[in-house]
Amino acid sequence: MATPGRALPQPTPETQHFWDGTKANELLLQRCDECSKVYFPPRPFCPACASRKVSVTKASGKATLYSYIIHHRPVPGFTPPYAIAVVELDEGPRMMTNIVDCEQTPEALVLDMPMEVVFEPQTDTITLPLFRPALTSSAKG
Amino acid sequence: MPHNTVAVVGAAETTKLGVITDLSQLGLHADAALNAMADCGLKPSDIDGIACAAQETPVQLAHYLGITPTWIDGTAVGGCSFMIHVRHAAAAIEAGLAKTILITHGESGKSRIGAPPRPVHPQSLNGQFEQPFGPMGPPSMFTIPVLRYMKTYGVTEEQIAQVAVVQREWASKNPRATFRNLITTDDVLNSRMIAWPFRLLMCCLVTDGGGALILTSAERAKDFPTKPVYILGTGESAETPMISQMEDFTSSRAFRVAGPTAFREAGIVHKDVDHLMIYDAFAHLPLYGLEDLGFLPKGEAAGFIAGRNTAPGGSLPLNTNGGGLSYMHSGMYGMYALQESVRQMRGTAAAQIPGAKISVCHGVGGMFAASGTVIFSNQAP
Repeated sequence: MATPGRALPQPTPETQHFWDGTKANELLLQRCDECSKVYFPPRPFCPACASRKVSVTKASGKATLYSYIIHHRPVPGFTPPYAIAVVELDEGPRMMTNIVDCEQTPEALVLDMPMEVVFEPQTDTITLPLFRPALTSSAKG
Repeated sequence: MPHNTVAVVGAAETTKLGVITDLSQLGLHADAALNAMADCGLKPSDIDGIACAAQETPVQLAHYLGITPTWIDGTAVGGCSFMIHVRHAAAAIEAGLAKTILITHGESGKSRIGAPPRPVHPQSLNGQFEQPFGPMGPPSMFTIPVLRYMKTYGVTEEQIAQVAVVQREWASKNPRATFRNLITTDDVLNSRMIAWPFRLLMCCLVTDGGGALILTSAERAKDFPTKPVYILGTGESAETPMISQMEDFTSSRAFRVAGPTAFREAGIVHKDVDHLMIYDAFAHLPLYGLEDLGFLPKGEAAGFIAGRNTAPGGSLPLNTNGGGLSYMHSGMYGMYALQESVRQMRGTAAAQIPGAKISVCHGVGGMFAASGTVIFSNQAP
């Protein structure tokens, strides 16, 4: 699905570490040093307790399929039908993504199936975190 | 906040709804505003407060209509902005900030005349963490939570289709509704696939139109030619601009705050409600609304609708204009839901509920991003 034309993110100072991470094939979350909340999307403070003492933490890349739709309309960079999915990471946060290495059908895409991250470079600076059905078992799945 | 201390005295939609090629978005605002002023016999010089949600700011509308406001509100949080304008306007009148407030909406949603696009900025949270994965507007985003809801409560695609079928029954009674021909569950399930499990007939219309409301104190309302529609209670809230970051995909936190706030303020319970509007950009929204507002336990709304409880003749008439699915939907639908509640309280709706005294009007903004609720009554304080 890495065809040209897909909308791409432009990092901001608060999110640059996340996109640097995906470029290095790492999925980076943040954890609050005070209340231990693990959160996404990135911000330099904890959304649970407002502490500015937060650390970047590398996620396992394991997740489960939380919900999705299968889009049937044309969008630049995509060939319909394609799934727009939300996965729940083993660490807790959820994120929007696409599913790769899997048929884009209701039969193949079963809620709660174990998933794992794959990194798909789009440009010299932007790599997107996509997910595929897990080849190895998830701690949760 | 007021119980019965503020009333709607003027209410009107644009002269036409549907495809309107002879007015810009700004012109639709003005058409609705002039109709609402005519409805209650006011001139622009009688208006001292103005609210709107659109790219046409309250400043533009005040200038265009010839209004000198002492109170302005540009709250723009999507399609429930108008419910929130009503809430803010009621508080402003109660506090003495303005005496007569005009809330306008105009939207060239179909014809796109004077309606500039609003692209998602690639540095925004949505632009970085959702847009790269291929959504294109509400049909591919607002719909994402529903599979989790369906799995959690065992709700079927047929049951979601039933929402559209029942609302078409209401629309068939309304000469101003865009779609009036009755449909079956099969018609819905066989309509063009948009974003599985959503077919075309589970998605709202895309039309042009507008509407306006005029509010004043209940005391002054008695002097107007129209039947006053009193505001019993209101609520508002917000959750997240990103559909992927909703706390719970089976329930809207913004609904669960706004709805009960309005009920508490109104001092009513659910069995007091004669008429209900729940913003239906997509067929799953009435399910979330019925449950999150406390009309039904979680997971029971689909069976309730399929059991014809919200259909004509049912115990809880819902979306009696036909809703966003069949009546009209210009993009921000909340104003049209409010108009139907006002018509029901005035006794002038196309599909009038006999003897209705209390109407609940519940809106959503963005994609489960925000929410506003207004509870109306036609009973004098």
